[in-house]
Amino acid sequence: MTDLSANSAPLGAAQRNHLRRRNRHQLMLQGFGIAAISFAALMLFILVSSLVGTGYKAFTQTHIQVEVFVDPEEVSVEKLPRGGFRDVLQASLQAQLPEVSERADLRRLEGLFSNGAQFRLRDMIVADPSLIGQTVTLRVPMSDPFDQLAKGLVKRDTPEAQRRVTDQEIAWFDRLDQAGMITQPLNWGLLTNADSRFPELAGLKGALVGSFWALLVCFLISFPLGIGAAIYLEEFAPKNRWSDLIEVNINNLAAVPSVVFGLLALAVFIGWFGLPRSAPLVGGMTLALMTMPTIIIATRAALKAVPPSIREAALGVGASKHQVVFGHVLPLAMPGILTGTIIGLAQALGETAPLLLIGMNAFITSAPGSPLDSATALPTQIFIWADSPERGFVSRTSAAILVLLTFLITMNAIAIYLRSKFERKW
Amino acid sequence: MYDAPKLERNVDDRTIKFSARNVHVFYGETEAIKGVDVDILDNTVTAFIGPSGCGKSTFLRCLNRMNDTIDICRVTGDIRLDGHDIYDRSVDPVQLRAKVGMVFQKPNPFPKSIYDNVAYGPRIHGLARTRADLDAIVEQSLRRAALWDEAKDRLDQPGTGLSGGQQQRLCIARAVATSPEVLLMDEPCSALDPIATAQVEELIDELRQDYSVVIVTHSMQQAARVSQKTAFFHLGHLVEFGDTGQIFTNPHDERTESYITGRIG
Amino acid sequence: MTTAAFLCLFALAIIGYVWNRQAATAIRRDGARLHSLVGFHGAFSLLMVLVPVLVVILLWLVLQGHVIDSILKSGIAARLEGLGTGEVQLIIAEIKSIAGGTIFGTPEDWKLAAADRYLALNVRSGQLMLVVVTALALGLMLFSRRKVAADFRARHGVEHIISGLMIFCSVVAIFVTIGIVASLMFETGKFFAKVPVTEFLFGTNWEPQIPLREDQVAAEGAFGWLPVMLGTLVITVIALVVAVPVGLMSAIYLNEFAPRRFRAVAKPFLEILAGVPTVVYGFFAILVVAPAMRGFGQSIGLDVSPNIALAAGSVMGIMLIPFISSFADDALSAVPQSLRDGALGLGATRAEMMTSVLFPAAIPGIVGGILLAVSRAIGETMIVVMAAGLIAKMTINPLDSVTTVTVQIVTLLIGDTSFDNPKTLAAFALGMMLFLVTLIINVFALRIVRKYREAYD
Repeated sequence: MTDLSANSAPLGAAQRNHLRRRNRHQLMLQGFGIAAISFAALMLFILVSSLVGTGYKAFTQTHIQVEVFVDPEEVSVEKLPRGGFRDVLQASLQAQLPEVSERADLRRLEGLFSNGAQFRLRDMIVADPSLIGQTVTLRVPMSDPFDQLAKGLVKRDTPEAQRRVTDQEIAWFDRLDQAGMITQPLNWGLLTNADSRFPELAGLKGALVGSFWALLVCFLISFPLGIGAAIYLEEFAPKNRWSDLIEVNINNLAAVPSVVFGLLALAVFIGWFGLPRSAPLVGGMTLALMTMPTIIIATRAALKAVPPSIREAALGVGASKHQVVFGHVLPLAMPGILTGTIIGLAQALGETAPLLLIGMNAFITSAPGSPLDSATALPTQIFIWADSPERGFVSRTSAAILVLLTFLITMNAIAIYLRSKFERKW
Repeated sequence: MYDAPKLERNVDDRTIKFSARNVHVFYGETEAIKGVDVDILDNTVTAFIGPSGCGKSTFLRCLNRMNDTIDICRVTGDIRLDGHDIYDRSVDPVQLRAKVGMVFQKPNPFPKSIYDNVAYGPRIHGLARTRADLDAIVEQSLRRAALWDEAKDRLDQPGTGLSGGQQQRLCIARAVATSPEVLLMDEPCSALDPIATAQVEELIDELRQDYSVVIVTHSMQQAARVSQKTAFFHLGHLVEFGDTGQIFTNPHDERTESYITGRIG
Repeated sequence: MTTAAFLCLFALAIIGYVWNRQAATAIRRDGARLHSLVGFHGAFSLLMVLVPVLVVILLWLVLQGHVIDSILKSGIAARLEGLGTGEVQLIIAEIKSIAGGTIFGTPEDWKLAAADRYLALNVRSGQLMLVVVTALALGLMLFSRRKVAADFRARHGVEHIISGLMIFCSVVAIFVTIGIVASLMFETGKFFAKVPVTEFLFGTNWEPQIPLREDQVAAEGAFGWLPVMLGTLVITVIALVVAVPVGLMSAIYLNEFAPRRFRAVAKPFLEILAGVPTVVYGFFAILVVAPAMRGFGQSIGLDVSPNIALAAGSVMGIMLIPFISSFADDALSAVPQSLRDGALGLGATRAEMMTSVLFPAAIPGIVGGILLAVSRAIGETMIVVMAAGLIAKMTINPLDSVTTVTVQIVTLLIGDTSFDNPKTLAAFALGMMLFLVTLIINVFALRIVRKYREAYD
């Protein structure tokens, strides 16, 4: 600036002030911009860190290892699969804490175990009845309050009345801990168990399988339909009022709220066609209707990017329009189409509202075996757990979200990889 | 066929390949070609010259019905190939284009191997029964396009990896592979450097032995060099059509003369 | 039976392909020149068999349930006389569950008989389908075989069928829209037969939890949608107050001032926010944002509701930031370079160029983007279902708890639904309003965006 003013007439004080003010305005505008981006980044950071902060604890699960003497008086071959498995378990803890003898205390002692422990023992013995009368080593999840205690989520210094474990129970827990019976291994149950009312047993298997079926159905329907529609509209359709109508219609469909698709599915698929509620088949069909516009729009963009010279070349040697499109244009557009499809499927994987309306928030304790069985999906499972009152579900919800986000990031990463690997500049 | 003896025939002996009568082409409301009559002979190079936008490319594209691919384009009049109306309902434009091959302004090889580029036409038209047949067609076409020596060791490499001039000759080989009777060339050298242009021009002259060649060109020198017949288009009209020597030395129409001497264009 | 029908169809289609192909090859071997490649002759037969029969099978599967039901009902018409639709449905469901092998108690004999009949009907339908499918497929196969000839244009046939399939694909999108409108209108019509239109449109009371059985104690039921709409508006406004300034400012910075490297990092970063599923935002709102706001409110002595509208709204705002910023960025980029050059050439600072030239020129595109964001906010479901309230109140206090249209739709339809009580139907009426409002905004916004693009193209 000084160089300039040296040559021309010197700037007056008023002008200089004016210029300073103008530059200050520019700095202010930039400052606002940086503040806005920082705000967005901060929010993303808080979002991720709060999920990781609460969720990582659900990736381990407190287990207790006990030596169980399978008392033939309680459990006998004749009565299987029934038997006094709870009493057997209770006895195994009592062996460690011999001073506990009162009935009420004994029942509380049993509460250290997860409710699923007795079934684990039962299944073991049903599978191998020769264990009756022997001592078996059993490692089972602890119930939710003690899991929380072990992870420090239940604070020992809160007054006894305000926490879910009594002082006495904490004393028992510490003694068992000193005896080396309590461990915190990786929580594979989170992925291999289906849903349960008990947080320590609840896992995502049912939701993962349900989401898989739903996405598979969604892909099988939306991919061919979307590509077929896009090819027709981009390559074959005459430009007239009908194709305009279809075009406007598809753009609008892409912006219709997802919950409306849920209403459509509820009224048409379940109400009129009589398809089963809560089934991944219906979920997948609903998601397909929502994914189709995304795929159509992406496919059309990819087809548009193939230069007309390729079409002319093929037409010039006597290929028919169909041979040009299916032999040359479509293969060249495939990477773009696949990228769009994966992004569309990732959106479908995170979609919740329409699945709630068709009942894919059922409480199902086993993974669905086919697309016609009742099931949940990952996002609806997150919704169910977020709604559950047990403390243990808070960290499980975060953990489930982290699992969902992992899938989404993987899918998007594949899409980005495809795009950069096969992107062709003409 | 590659080393067939040169046919030195009198111009008058040559048969008429294409005959066009009263051809009009409309793009929506605008009339791009306004009543063109022309006869295109076999074993001859016919050049279409004229200023930009005069309709010479449009007319060229009528000859193999490439205009069909444009929605708003409408062609009226009568165009006959060997006496058959090519706009007749019973004619399949796809088979017509196998008989009337086309080479475009910019070299446009498919993003496939050199072999597949040349073999594409024969494959879709079912011209080869066996792999050996196909190999023979590919070799013959590449030889005819004077590309065999450069390409024979890299047939499996992508055609897009060739130089511009080689790509254009590949496109010519691809057009020749369906054994067409007519070759249409839409400014085939405009994207090439002078050396590549010279090679392609030489090739065009050789192709005349077996085909009727129609070439649209911007360059009057090129027209003079390669063609025997020249048609001058102006504003959608065919102004003058005759032997190349006559058009360039003694044009009858004054518009032709102004164009040749550089006053319009 | 269904599997058998499919297998039979595929087998016949493949046989047809091979048969036609061989026939065409034989003609070629005799020296004739074929119009189409032999593969097209095969494919012609394949498609001729596959497409129509597949349509028949699918239609059969969709319709057979209804047909069997009505035959079943007509068989026991005497028993069903005088019963309401709900009771009839219960009886039919019971008969089906008996047929499926789950029997509760000791059902009456006529129900057992009906169950047997139901099973028999199903088997009969399956057999009939198999016969029809086989006959049809064989017929089409023979038809295609007789077509094979040197000058038969098999390629044209195949291409016509494929074109037909593609046209069907593009029309599906139209059918989806028609399906949405038809199903919403149908159910909304039933709703307005029970609740007057005027009450719905102008009522200021929304208490849809009406008694399902006679003896249930519940509110009388009121269906005025105004408070629900007001709640939706409150949350939408809060979301926009967060998203519009932040989104616009970041777009302006990224578009004009940011160094190229920073832009390359920041844009995908913002896009991550857009890719997070809304159920995650909902959990974020109840886990972090709402408790934080509540704690802050209590510390300065404000009475804050647990389902504070501000929490749901501001989290929704965060979700919309990338949406608005990418639209604004596109709009700013679409302004021709010549306008920038013009302003800078007159000695304007870059900020002045932005505020006085670029931004005003881009306003139509930006407004279109904001309108699309509004429609997004109105239709957004999971954040509000998790973080907003359930009770409809006529309030615009952002610290209070409000409910939205989408929340009501979801809560009314979660759990078991039957299509004949006003509570369920009310959800469809709300859905209809939601669809209409968002559709109008979308059409309007898309038109603005399109016009704007054309202006600078």
